[in-house]
Amino acid sequence: MSETVLEVSGLCRTFGDVRAVDEVSFTLPAGGSLGIVGESGSGKTTTARIVVGLEEADAGSVTVRGRRREGRARGKAERLTRAREVQMVFQDPYLSLDPRYGVQDVLRETLRLHFPDADPAPRVAELLDQVGLGTRAAEALPRQLSGGQRQRVAIARALAVEPAVLVLDEAVAALDVSVQAQVLNLLADIRERTGVGYLFITHDLGVVRCVTEEVIVMRQGRVVEAGRTEAVLADPQHPYTRLLLDSVPRPGWEPSLIAAARREVG
Amino acid sequence: MNALDIQGLRLQLPGTARPVLDGVDLTVAAGETVALVGESGSGKTLTSRSALRLLPPGARAEGKVLVAGEDVLTMDADRLRALRTGQAAMIFQDPRAATNPLRRIGDFLTESVTLAGKMNRAEATERAVSLLGAVGLGPELLGRYPGQLSGGMLQRVVIAAALMGDPALLLADEATTALDVTSQAEVVALLGRLREQFGTGLLFVTHDLGLAAAISDRVYVMYAGRIAEVGPAAALFEHPRHPYTAALLAATPRPDAPGGRLAAIDGQPPDLRQELTGCAFAARCPLATELCRTVVPEPVKVSGGHLAACHHSDQLEGSTARV
Amino acid sequence: MSVALTRRPGLAALRTGWGPLHLLCLGFAAVVVLAALLAPWLAPADPNAVDLGGALGGPSADHLLGADAAGRDTLSRLLIGARTSLLGPLGVVVFSTVGGIVVGTLAAWCGGWLDSLLSRSTELVFAFPGLLLAVLIVSVYGEGLLAPVLALAVAYLPYVSRLTRSLVLAERRRPYVSAYQVQGHSAWQICRRHVIPNIAPVVLAQSAINFGYALMDLAGLSFLGLGVPALTPDWGRMVFDGQTAIQHGYPLSAVLPCAAVILTVVAFNVVGERWADQVARRDR
Repeated sequence: MSETVLEVSGLCRTFGDVRAVDEVSFTLPAGGSLGIVGESGSGKTTTARIVVGLEEADAGSVTVRGRRREGRARGKAERLTRAREVQMVFQDPYLSLDPRYGVQDVLRETLRLHFPDADPAPRVAELLDQVGLGTRAAEALPRQLSGGQRQRVAIARALAVEPAVLVLDEAVAALDVSVQAQVLNLLADIRERTGVGYLFITHDLGVVRCVTEEVIVMRQGRVVEAGRTEAVLADPQHPYTRLLLDSVPRPGWEPSLIAAARREVG
Repeated sequence: MNALDIQGLRLQLPGTARPVLDGVDLTVAAGETVALVGESGSGKTLTSRSALRLLPPGARAEGKVLVAGEDVLTMDADRLRALRTGQAAMIFQDPRAATNPLRRIGDFLTESVTLAGKMNRAEATERAVSLLGAVGLGPELLGRYPGQLSGGMLQRVVIAAALMGDPALLLADEATTALDVTSQAEVVALLGRLREQFGTGLLFVTHDLGLAAAISDRVYVMYAGRIAEVGPAAALFEHPRHPYTAALLAATPRPDAPGGRLAAIDGQPPDLRQELTGCAFAARCPLATELCRTVVPEPVKVSGGHLAACHHSDQLEGSTARV
Repeated sequence: MSVALTRRPGLAALRTGWGPLHLLCLGFAAVVVLAALLAPWLAPADPNAVDLGGALGGPSADHLLGADAAGRDTLSRLLIGARTSLLGPLGVVVFSTVGGIVVGTLAAWCGGWLDSLLSRSTELVFAFPGLLLAVLIVSVYGEGLLAPVLALAVAYLPYVSRLTRSLVLAERRRPYVSAYQVQGHSAWQICRRHVIPNIAPVVLAQSAINFGYALMDLAGLSFLGLGVPALTPDWGRMVFDGQTAIQHGYPLSAVLPCAAVILTVVAFNVVGERWADQVARRDR
């Protein structure tokens, strides 16, 4: 946990007259895991899309392994370098795979692009094994797989590039509780084995507790609180973080008090 | 009389090896909040939709679904229409999909009751205004379009619309899933208030165990088309007596639990193409024995109102799921 | 997906769910295509052999479907005529589909000024009646199949490009496209390998419908004496040649090609519509 693999500083992005991302800065140590928590409209997804390069920032910088990512990627070499810096797993496992491509073909295509000289077959087998998919799933088309299996394919596809940072945008939100737990454990194992860093975008504080070491809380485009995950969840300093925590349903929960508190935070 | 009384409901879909719903018994008393918890494919949504006879094409249903004492499965089309505009109403997951973006909120609220001939326009508008007040929104919304409202506000509008026909039974199918946690709290608080005010029975369908525990009087846990466990919310969550409920609780990531690995449930729910010989959960259950693989467990009473369909539920006695 | 195929008003009424009609049309289309392919072997006589003695003859052993005013065998002319009558629309459809996909994909993918430019110019073509454009080009470049085919291809291109543009816009919003971008694939690769194959069935369904319309338009042009050279057997041309025969009370040589045009157009329409409906159902 020494050097920094991802450094984001002073990121801004405006859509019309809405400041979607407003002076957002954070760092991710090599092999670390950082959570970005917020509700819809907090700017967490826009931040993630800027980091992976699907969106451009108006101001600020994204630096991966000491190399600044600026503007749009020009040329194949630049595209491939960027791909090996940051990969992404999307929320919806049903839409993030091309319906016509089988599991093996998805992985082969990526491997061929990034490692044209290597035989993809052993690496495909290794990746499938790494995400807990059997050889039977390797032949399948996305529609023959369950949501959890598809998300495993998406994770394998991202790992195939051997990225330094993996951005997970609500990657377990669409999964059932029992499958979600499997995927979260899988992600923990992968990080331990490969040393990839995670940027975990989520609205679920339970998930954050489970897979991240540090967390930033975003609201209306700004970072309102940042710190070690246990510390932030055990003793939130910002009233909005407290509201988020109180909003998680549990026995003896008083929704009307939260509704009142929500208006107060405004 | 119960707001909803489902007795031995079996639902067979074309092209499947086993029924999607296999002998579901479920009751919602007037003014009671009941949560129906399950993962996707468990049949929880079909169960709630059966109360309005919103069944998939080709489905064959057996058993009884009584709404306010009348069997929904056998009633004629006119009665069914009256039921859907009156005694029973449903709130869907996605408020944007449930509203027409080109119609004003006022039309959306008054449409079904005026078309059913229950009220004239003026009466309907008056009721719409009072219900908007009840869900914490002002009458100025009547002239707005769905696109001008936030998701939380729109879901409250949808709830107001569901209450227009003065229903005895309100079915909420993942009604807060699409909302942010803080708006979820508001919608839940609102549903609780409305239930007290109007004495409506509420069936809350959700995948979120924490939410079910927080808001309901009784909870049904469904797995593969069968009720695995039913009981008072507190008892069921403090002392689950079905291994599935226990495993589900352990697999839920919680902000106040220690970090690190979760106790995941291995495997996947059984496929509909696969016939079940014994307990549906046997293949994933740590307690499973030969008996579980051959004999379907009947619900057994473990304490007052707490039933579990498990051969080995006594092994879980005294266990606590909470950390 | 809120994407609609473009249909002409009268023919749109044919999109029925009536199964036998679809099969019948599919069968008819197959027969017409086969007949065109095998015409030189099937035709009982030389389609241009003039036999003034047998002019305006009714069906007989020599001429199964009779002969026209110049004594040419109607059946042979119908069979050989199927070749030009189908080849023309095929050219129109191929040119307009390829061009339309390129223009539509470019407009949707690049957006900005290129989108405005391409969309406005295709709309300009839309505003200009295709048949008129064809008449104009033929009158400048003279007889021949190529000029009207190219003219109609340009006129039909907007139907395909507009559809492609909206399909690509919808497809691009799917996260799998973003995933490939993040993986470092070039836009060209993503379009060629993923986006276009995924939208192809809908575009091809539109093209199948366009085929029918193009056949009708080309037949109209040759009826007006534009397009195919006078001696080439062609259905539209045959109707024109048969006019005088009708006046003499021998309608067969004009009515048969008419029927061939109409039935073929209807058949391709029904098949295309059915295809489009099936694709739409699979997408859901």
